[in-house]
Amino acid sequence: MNGKLVVSSSPHIRTIQSVQSVMLDVLIALGPVVAVAIFLFGYQALITMTVAVAAAMLTEALWLRRLNIFGDGSAAVTGLLLAMTLPPNVPWWIPAIGSVTAIIIGKQVYGGIGNNIFNPALVGRAVLVTSWGTHLVGPIWPVPKPFHFFADISAVTSATPLASEAEALNTALSQLLIGNVAGALGETSALALLLGGFWLLYKGHIDWRIPGGFIGTVWLMGALFGGGFYGNNVTTGFFHVLAGGVLLGALFMATDMVTSPVMPWGKLIFGVGCGLITMLIRLFGAHPEGVTFAILTMNALTPLLDKFTIPRKFGEVKQVA
Amino acid sequence: MNIGRAIFKGGVHPEYRKELTASLAVTTPPVPQKVVIPLQQHIGAPCEPLVEVGDLVKTGQKIGQSESFVSAPVHASISGQVTAIGLYNHPLGRKITAITIEGDGQDEWDEQANSVENPDDRSPEELRKLIREAGIVGMGGATFPAHVKLSPPDGKMIDTVIINGAECEPYLTADHRLMLEKPEEIIFGLEVIMKVLGAGRGIVGIEDNKPDAIRVMKQVAEGKPGISIVPLETKYPQGAEKMLIQVTTRRRVPSGGLPLDVGVVNHNTGTAVAIADAIQKGKPLIERVVTVTGEGVRRPANLMVRVGTLVNELLDFCGGLKEETRKLVIGGPMMGLAQPTTDLPVIKGTSGLVALTVEDVELSESGSCIRCARCVEACPINLVPTFIAQAAEHEYFSRAEKLHVTDCIECGCCAYVCPARIPLTQWIRIAKAEVLARRKG
Repeated sequence: MNGKLVVSSSPHIRTIQSVQSVMLDVLIALGPVVAVAIFLFGYQALITMTVAVAAAMLTEALWLRRLNIFGDGSAAVTGLLLAMTLPPNVPWWIPAIGSVTAIIIGKQVYGGIGNNIFNPALVGRAVLVTSWGTHLVGPIWPVPKPFHFFADISAVTSATPLASEAEALNTALSQLLIGNVAGALGETSALALLLGGFWLLYKGHIDWRIPGGFIGTVWLMGALFGGGFYGNNVTTGFFHVLAGGVLLGALFMATDMVTSPVMPWGKLIFGVGCGLITMLIRLFGAHPEGVTFAILTMNALTPLLDKFTIPRKFGEVKQVA
Repeated sequence: MNIGRAIFKGGVHPEYRKELTASLAVTTPPVPQKVVIPLQQHIGAPCEPLVEVGDLVKTGQKIGQSESFVSAPVHASISGQVTAIGLYNHPLGRKITAITIEGDGQDEWDEQANSVENPDDRSPEELRKLIREAGIVGMGGATFPAHVKLSPPDGKMIDTVIINGAECEPYLTADHRLMLEKPEEIIFGLEVIMKVLGAGRGIVGIEDNKPDAIRVMKQVAEGKPGISIVPLETKYPQGAEKMLIQVTTRRRVPSGGLPLDVGVVNHNTGTAVAIADAIQKGKPLIERVVTVTGEGVRRPANLMVRVGTLVNELLDFCGGLKEETRKLVIGGPMMGLAQPTTDLPVIKGTSGLVALTVEDVELSESGSCIRCARCVEACPINLVPTFIAQAAEHEYFSRAEKLHVTDCIECGCCAYVCPARIPLTQWIRIAKAEVLARRKG
């Protein structure tokens, strides 16, 4: 034996998982979505994602005066998630500004990882939508050109299927599953998103209650109040689940650990709340999509949900009134 | 066959690494030349010495006792001469008065009277007294005097005795080997405890990563009235009192309560063997099985060790520690105590010596909580470890109390799973100690 014995409080063994390994798993989970985005939208998608990720990592490294640019990997996740919410062909400065905003306003001013109230990527997106709306809202979404990496996808644009009933009826559910529809980078392919989501569930990084509550509520509201325009009530519910940002939001945004509740019941209420607000905006609001603001609203309620869902301790005796 | 078996919520699955010693039969090293017997090896009042420096003692002779009910006498574990009575390093981390005996190499035993073949030959009162006089304490590590657990307060009916053969701590195999090598003693000890308490049901709970122990114990328990062997899911902390009671009897120990509140008493397998030795052979508790293991030990082993044997001698017997050893833990790695020195004695509660190497001992700093909720999922008691730790960090102890910090069993699951490496269990211990101290006023 060489040198002194280390003394510390038990336990003396630790899981091999770290914050960095969790973040790497999230990046792996986004792999299929990234691949599909490049397949559908070509080089412009690649540029948008690269700029967003690089800007996020650089901003965080500069802010923390840290030489290790990748760090714990959380900035890369934020940057990539922000890119996922953008049209593939936006000018390069949009993801750049979005990422800088996400990291500084959305995360670091609160004290960095673990301390932010709102999902940083969605803070970035919210600022972009309100400041440069013409690039992000309306019939600006490029139609995918699979197999054409160097194609100029900006030539043909349209509205998303959520814009109107006419647009919706132009899009079959199978198309939504595969992702061959106009929309944001990471929103189009439900299959790729589900694949990543199941990986995260399998690894235990997300809890089923948030995506379950979110997606279930969207389906239920779509079926009950969607008017059944899309075939029948059941398929209308599925349309609302598969179109737009619900899957990306439910599997990757709402499940952000830092900004969602800690307790099981809190997670379920959080998910249901996200679904409820999303559908209220979609069905009765002024915008075709409401995932961003639904999640941000529920982020704000997270401390309250944590407060009211402290679990009953083991062996707690029921109080007799 | 395990379908429908009860499980408890939470817990973790660490790397068990029991293969280092699981297949090694218990061996007995030479009788030590010197032993150091602390006067307190149990929870409760310390003993007063019954010998003076210079006295000659025999193996098994009582050398310390207390008038206090919650206490257990200590015995000489070798024959020889008392050479010192004074403060000595102790596994609990502080110096405690201990009796040093230099051996005469004879290992001459004090006369032993008992030869009870059937517990029914003695009254519960006599059995309880024999157990107390033998100095038997909880040998899983808690070291609560056994006779106290066998004396339930008036009005408390005990109908079930559980022998804890879960051995859920990684690395340790002492109980596993006992179940393979001394199954009759374990069952006899269980029968004694049942007789003393008037309990009709006896259960031995064993994690299902020890199928050989389950098989052997089932054979021995065959046809014994009221006794059953219950295989348990392999999950830490399966052997924690409240968890073990819940999965074997489906009863929940109330918050702040004791097992006897639900009619149950728990004992460790080692304790059952010690009770059998005391009743059948009149042998006091002077030796126990210790698993010496970990990647830092050259020749891991399960050893029958005299109480008071110095840890450094035991390690030398196992080939010594490797260069890369960084931490020496007494007990298991989840709840054991890291030691700053090897110059300290094995005591009645020492179930293992685990030498951890550079690869196992992390010296990384803790980060910010990312609220991943893994600690909430892992906590078997349904607490919210990260919130309690935050309260402790801010010295906001009234909040820690509201979050039920005093219910924590300190199993270490929360800190084990934390990806940010926050020493949650340590923070919780700080808050728990503070809250309990304030209650006492």
